[in-house]
Amino acid sequence: MLSVTLILLAALFFTGIIIRTKSLASGRKGPGIMQPIRDVLRLFRKGTVYSETTSFVFQLAPTVYFASVVMAMLVVPFGQSKGVLSFNGDFIFFAYVLALGKFFSIIAALDTGSSFEGMGASREALYSMFAEPAFFILMGSLALLSGHTSFQEIFASLHIGSQISYAMAALATFVLLMIAMIENSRMPIDDPKTHLELTMVHEVMILDNSGFDLGLILTAGYLKFALYGALIVNLFIGVIPYQYAISAFFGIQFLMAVAIGLIESFMARFRMSHNPQFIVVLTSVSLLIFFGVLLILQKFI
Amino acid sequence: MKPISIKNNQSIPRSSIPEFSYEAFFALNTGLVAEKPEIHCVNYFGIPETDGIQLICCMADDLEQVILISSCKIQPDRILPSFSAKLFCFEKFEREIHENFGVKYSDHPWLKPVRYPIDRADQTQQIANYPFYSIDSEELHEVGVGPIHAGVIEPGHFRFICNGEQILHLEIQLGYQHRGIEKLMVQNRELSRLVTLAESIAGDTVIGHTTAFAQIWESLCGFKTTREIDFSRTMALELERIAIHTGDLSALCTDIAYQLGSSVFGRLRTPIINFMQEWGGNRLSKGFIRPGQNRFRFTPELAARLREVLDAFTPDFLEMNKELFSLPSALSRFERTGVVSTEDASAIGAVGMAARTSGVPRDIRTTHPHSLYPELRHEIKVKRHGDVYSRVQMRKNEVIQSIGYLKSMAANLPTEEPIPTLSAPGEGLFALSLVEGWRGEICHCAVTGSKGELVHYKVKDPSFHNWLALALAVRNNEISDFPICNKSFNLSYCGHDL
Repeated sequence: MLSVTLILLAALFFTGIIIRTKSLASGRKGPGIMQPIRDVLRLFRKGTVYSETTSFVFQLAPTVYFASVVMAMLVVPFGQSKGVLSFNGDFIFFAYVLALGKFFSIIAALDTGSSFEGMGASREALYSMFAEPAFFILMGSLALLSGHTSFQEIFASLHIGSQISYAMAALATFVLLMIAMIENSRMPIDDPKTHLELTMVHEVMILDNSGFDLGLILTAGYLKFALYGALIVNLFIGVIPYQYAISAFFGIQFLMAVAIGLIESFMARFRMSHNPQFIVVLTSVSLLIFFGVLLILQKFI
Repeated sequence: MKPISIKNNQSIPRSSIPEFSYEAFFALNTGLVAEKPEIHCVNYFGIPETDGIQLICCMADDLEQVILISSCKIQPDRILPSFSAKLFCFEKFEREIHENFGVKYSDHPWLKPVRYPIDRADQTQQIANYPFYSIDSEELHEVGVGPIHAGVIEPGHFRFICNGEQILHLEIQLGYQHRGIEKLMVQNRELSRLVTLAESIAGDTVIGHTTAFAQIWESLCGFKTTREIDFSRTMALELERIAIHTGDLSALCTDIAYQLGSSVFGRLRTPIINFMQEWGGNRLSKGFIRPGQNRFRFTPELAARLREVLDAFTPDFLEMNKELFSLPSALSRFERTGVVSTEDASAIGAVGMAARTSGVPRDIRTTHPHSLYPELRHEIKVKRHGDVYSRVQMRKNEVIQSIGYLKSMAANLPTEEPIPTLSAPGEGLFALSLVEGWRGEICHCAVTGSKGELVHYKVKDPSFHNWLALALAVRNNEISDFPICNKSFNLSYCGHDL
């Protein structure tokens, strides 16, 4: 339960901090930290408009998408404390329940019949497909290292002691951070601020969503960010007492949000055709971690 | 028989324009372009007459600094061979003639109306069922964008034929903004209304279009501008160039999601347009230029103020450019994106900045100078690659060049002198004015009737040629790069639609 509460709390501030960082970096005052949440609350009070060309799939998708993120949230542990659900192989459940939500958002985008949304859906599908091996090689390596297959056991038994494990934790942080960026359609993969449909990935898929449905999708997005942040935090807090672990959790989440804000302020996004290349690089970084694990376990000479 | 050659801003009796048979007219004008690359068509249009249509073709010779004018009388029911089949730079002009008078061409490759005005010749054609070029294929797909634009800019429809993310073909259909400017120019008699109309041709080129109108009116009236008037216009043209180029750099940074560039360039544009406000009372220069008047004197105090503004502007502008041009992620978006080859640019008759980035040195400030430009001895900046990167660099270079002009002009203010009064326009005249706006060559043509009233007015914004350059630039590019290609040209919708 602890992890769920912490993720919910972090999700409240995360996007607000990104937006505030970007505003400050460009010399503006920016909206309050809670503005994204206020926007969502406003959307929740609104009705939804459905295009006449869409079917029930389009109406179902936002709920499934939101539910998938909540389900994924339930399996994420926090240090020694288990998630609400914890079983062997739950990281596979984590990845595929998120994929299920994504699948629904993709078919909902196709359901609208808009050529823009079709393009966005095809891009989103391609990028998640490329990001998948990176996540599984990373988690698989950690499972191999710890000898366990559930999130909680893996993270609880990770001991960061030797130099090689520091290096691995750094690489794993990088991979998870980048997967979080891809999953949440942030720079440099996607530009959440743009008004140009032709260059969008995620934003263009939800162009037809409005009101309550849009609120659900946005909330799911905020939660997802905090979710990946929690995974990163878990890499470091294996056996640390709770009082330090909780402050470390918020510290790391805050740093992550600021880092994303700074990246989005001071660089341009990638050319669309360079995105797959960049995402495949994550897989190779995961492979490095895998070889590191083999080295540690001395299965590799 | 030879075409009559005139200088920029010169008016001649309409009767002195030599009239050819269509065959001779065809051979003459296509021959001119073919034999000399420095000659390009600045305007080609028809004037309705009781006994047919008079076609007038204006070809600018950039080497000799003259404009060659020829004419031809045709009957609208005759089917003609088209110039475009031989030379593509006439394509849009012939489509416009087709739209206005229903003239049919036997071998025009792309005979569709340019716009759909209410008084078009063929009322059966509707903008709602515009005949888009389409492809019957299982693999390729079409993407239609617009006419409602995602941003808050003007309406236009873009139809892409794509293979996945790759654009194979783009057709641009405009005309939604048609306001009938040319017709209103003829219907209205009051000069104050005409100037206001000229100001509204394209909201971002107020100085450019109004200067062209003022020059043409003064030429028709036989008015000789004073140095003060020339000074103000030259200065305002360069200020407009700096402001818009800086704003475009900001917009280009926005399109590649580079927030720093977007906000810094955005901020830099403001002091320049604010200076226009201080000088002329309007940030977008409305009400600034009037024929035969110098409404706002450039006082020594303003000169000191301008120096202050530019001294604050220049270091920040250069620093931001240095940042932008050394940022790998930005360069990777700009370089080799949206290339227009030199051959394509000259074949379609591209003008202005877009032509100069593709290695075609076309700049009215050098080739047909007016106002104070003969003294400034403008040196044309040319780039060869024709990609988005060149167009970004070109903007930076032109801004720096314009700052130099402003500084040298501010150091040498004209003395106050009495301005002669403006008489009424002469009878039966033809006048033509070319102005290098920030976007490129603006061409206005006017014809007066037996009482000195305007009987025909023709406006050509540089966008008229350059939209086609955009359509060619995006071929084989990724569809997600279309927005930066589009922004790198930053063409006018209303300037094209009139």
